[in-house]
Amino acid sequence: MARSGRGFNTISPAEKVLRYALLLVVLVITVGPFLWQLSTSLKGVTEDVFTQTPTFVPQHPTLSNYTEVAKTIPVWAYAGNSLIVAVLVVAGNAIGATLAGYALAKLRFRGSKLVLGLFLATLILPSEVTIISQYVIVRGLGFSDSLIGVALPGAIQMLNVLLMRTAFLSIPADVDAAAIIDGATAWQRLIRIGLPNVKGMLSVVVIFSFIFAWDDFLWPLIVLTDPDKYTLTVGLQYLNGTFSSNPRLIAAGTMIAFLPIVVIFALLQRFFFKGVDAGAIKG
Amino acid sequence: MTHKRWFTPWLLIAPAAVWLVVFNAVPAINTLILSFTNARPLGGGQFIGFGNYTRMLDDQQLVDALINSIVYMVVCVPLLTLLPLLLAVLVEKKLRGIAFFRIAFYTPVIASAVVVALIWGWLLNDRGVINGMAEGLGFLSGPLPFLTDRWLLLFSAISLTVWKGLGYYMIIYMSALGNVSRELHEAAAVDGAGPVRRFFSVTVPGVRNTMLLISVLISVFALRVFSELYILSNGTGGPGGRDMSLVMLIQLYGQGLTGHLGYASALSVLLFVVTVGPMLFLARLNRKES
Repeated sequence: MARSGRGFNTISPAEKVLRYALLLVVLVITVGPFLWQLSTSLKGVTEDVFTQTPTFVPQHPTLSNYTEVAKTIPVWAYAGNSLIVAVLVVAGNAIGATLAGYALAKLRFRGSKLVLGLFLATLILPSEVTIISQYVIVRGLGFSDSLIGVALPGAIQMLNVLLMRTAFLSIPADVDAAAIIDGATAWQRLIRIGLPNVKGMLSVVVIFSFIFAWDDFLWPLIVLTDPDKYTLTVGLQYLNGTFSSNPRLIAAGTMIAFLPIVVIFALLQRFFFKGVDAGAIKG
Repeated sequence: MTHKRWFTPWLLIAPAAVWLVVFNAVPAINTLILSFTNARPLGGGQFIGFGNYTRMLDDQQLVDALINSIVYMVVCVPLLTLLPLLLAVLVEKKLRGIAFFRIAFYTPVIASAVVVALIWGWLLNDRGVINGMAEGLGFLSGPLPFLTDRWLLLFSAISLTVWKGLGYYMIIYMSALGNVSRELHEAAAVDGAGPVRRFFSVTVPGVRNTMLLISVLISVFALRVFSELYILSNGTGGPGGRDMSLVMLIQLYGQGLTGHLGYASALSVLLFVVTVGPMLFLARLNRKES
């Protein structure tokens, strides 16, 4: 049975039924549309997807829509492009945010307050405000219409620097002090004391950098003009414009964009929910 | 604490600082400068004073976009402030399988807005499952034009935003609920307060600051909406382009070799001005707490 505590925390059977019923209702609302799309993507051409009494389970499940969609747009190449961008963004954030976050949290230097203030100040600037000027800069650097250009502005995000700083701050000061007495350099302290203590936050930065890059739409839409270089989101939008008559193909395309992110999140979610759980669930 | 090499901290900060300057500070200043010019991607760039700003006054599409933003905010803020709190209360108790539900409820958050909008575009299509079932059950004689009517399209995009945001704000509330005193809950229960009463007199006051934080976040988010409206309207901005958002206008004017960088920049400045209010409020809130 559930690990219900005593007294106040005991859940009456009636409440339990009610809670599960509500949980299931919300489950249908939040996950139902994805399952419906998955189902549509598996329905063959002979199956009517427009019927007034739609069947949830495909009568003759087929993967043909997935091969068909690859014939109309190079969806696997687009997935590859998205992956390249995501890997660049993850690497940039993992390295750049860790180094800067450590320096801001653990090293004392003249001007550190000012630098921290500047990082904080960027948070009030929505990315859409600067997006046109960012494009002017990326084009000036010679990276317009390239995957590097797509990855570049988000490759070190200021929010991630601040998150890593917060994580490093939670390491007790005397641990560091002891290492300094032992003659460890800043670099050695970062590697041996710092990193092992911020694994949780680093995973969060990695997960969200990946999701951010993989899901992003507006920026690649602005940067990319060559259809060969499209990322998945931009390519899918193109698919929507051309083949809205066959929802099975669009469904297959969206699943190709959606499933990898689900797998990655499912694999890494424990790092993400650990932090939430520690604070939230005391009973 | 002394450092043998004074430049070590700067070395560590250097990459992030370069990004701070090149992709944040310079574009911010440049946006402001460009907004006073008639810059085009290939040449141009004369200073034209407030020309772009006076042009805004006659821009009917901008007026529509601002109305859309206000409607977006007015609907999203109460819904996304309250519903995720109820969800957080629902997944708070450790029931068997609760971890699965939490992850499942978070799924719409991790999906791209493009994916989600394509899925909803199919659900809300004239021949999609929502119209189909409503007709099949006899609620409707013909399909509702969810994607081709100015207001229905806007509300479709809003419901998509609300649906996608539920799990995100649920997580924020979950952390906040952990700080709500259990003793207070128990005391209220002993005094005979039912669950509804306890929700309003213990839970809500306990997460009051988080509710404020979340309503600010949603206000800003609603002003920045792009992908939902873009995909649902297939890039057209709806009938007569009346379902544009401010960011869609920025993209429309700023993109490509024929773009009007000056006007797009002026619109960007306007976006900053309308979002900065809620943001500053948030900054003050944070300062008070820390």
